[in-house]
Amino acid sequence: MCSLEKRGNVWVLTLAGDDPEHRLNQTLIDSLTSALSRLASHATPGSVLLTTANGKFFSNGFDLAWARAASSSSAATDRLQFLVDSLKPVIAALLSLPMPTIAAVNGHASAAGFILAISHDYVLMRGDRGVLYMPEVDLGLPLPEYFTAVMRSKLKSPAVLRDLVLGGAKMKAAEAVKAGIVDSAHDSEERTVEAAMRLGEELARRKWVGEVYAEIRKSLYPVACTSLALTQKAIVSKI
Amino acid sequence: MCTLEKRGSVFVLTLTSENDEQHRLNPTLLSSLLAALNQINSQATAASALVTTAQGRFFCNGFDFRWARAAADPHAARIRLRAMSDSLRPVLAALFSLPIPTVAAVSGHAAAAGAVFALAHDHVLMRGDRGVLYMPEVDLGITLPDYFAAVVREKVAAARDVVLAGKKVRADEAVEMGVVRSAHDSAEGAVEAAMRLGEELTRRKWVGEAYVEIRKSLFPEVTEVLGLAPKSIVSKI
Repeated sequence: MCSLEKRGNVWVLTLAGDDPEHRLNQTLIDSLTSALSRLASHATPGSVLLTTANGKFFSNGFDLAWARAASSSSAATDRLQFLVDSLKPVIAALLSLPMPTIAAVNGHASAAGFILAISHDYVLMRGDRGVLYMPEVDLGLPLPEYFTAVMRSKLKSPAVLRDLVLGGAKMKAAEAVKAGIVDSAHDSEERTVEAAMRLGEELARRKWVGEVYAEIRKSLYPVACTSLALTQKAIVSKI
Repeated sequence: MCTLEKRGSVFVLTLTSENDEQHRLNPTLLSSLLAALNQINSQATAASALVTTAQGRFFCNGFDFRWARAAADPHAARIRLRAMSDSLRPVLAALFSLPIPTVAAVSGHAAAAGAVFALAHDHVLMRGDRGVLYMPEVDLGITLPDYFAAVVREKVAAARDVVLAGKKVRADEAVEMGVVRSAHDSAEGAVEAAMRLGEELTRRKWVGEAYVEIRKSLFPEVTEVLGLAPKSIVSKI
């Protein structure tokens, strides 16, 4: 489950609930979907989204335990595919959200949890613990096509992509800053969220037109947008 | 308007200030740039290079919104803006198709279309004492023409900060970002360095036809959006 509250101009979306790893299952994905669609319809110039989570995980990816609990291995594959398909509109909603978006990564972000984090415009991370990790190569799982598309759009360095995706590297915040994945590292979970709130307030003051902001974002990431079936919208300029 | 002269083996294209010290891109300046680039293309040899610069405190402050807003009504204003956007496209295509190395000596502010024009050169040098690169569209609430976005994506690693955050980038920051090759004390310093770089590049005597194709293959998205097809050329091996 997740909660959505407004602090000043900043909408804070928090992954919460019983599962400390915030694994993405149908319940959490549905809850994210409805939170983001509520946000999109409530956006005003100056709105900002800050996404974070409670505890030492940001999100540990899809709920593989739920998938594996299926009656057969083909049913398990279907469950996993179902999760892959369900998260796709969440990522599309983030990339077309008419406001700046910030992830305050309060702990481990792996697999789909990592993709969720880097689908935000800005990524801040706690530096004292927690890693970014794409475990698919270790688990023997292929990557959904939109995962690679998002990574190729957001991570510009071939060496970083190789280490992360093909090397299964676990990156702490400091390395992730160097690799250009994370904007800044902070001492603790609280500091990370505080810094994200400050950034959020700063961005809110720019009072950007959300609809235009979303189109400019999409024009920056064509590979991800194609994969997520997001098209460019022509907007009549207000000159 | 702009002037074209040859200093040694280097073509020098200068945006001049007689009508507008901000060198805003309106139909007059755009057609004058296109004519100059076509002239360079026809006169280029294996030992030439281009240095583009401008007079005064501005390199180029983007499209001429004054001219657009002077139209009879908002609809006509949008048509004028669209006309400028359509006219810059062939200018960038001509620049991208020049069979010689291209160097921009950014002598002052380069904003919006002016920044895109600067970035479309192979090498960008900039004065460090004043002037910024700035993409103001997000602040103005206007979207980017497709070829602006392509140029920024392929030339600027920190594209998010530049187009999605409207960051005003000074020369030293632009050097750190890898967008600008070097920062200089003054406009004159930037132009002198650009001339030295231009002369150095001419000494390599690169084969123009291959140089263009290599440039295009490096920036496939810009190449495509500008309507430039890659050409297969017979190697001289």
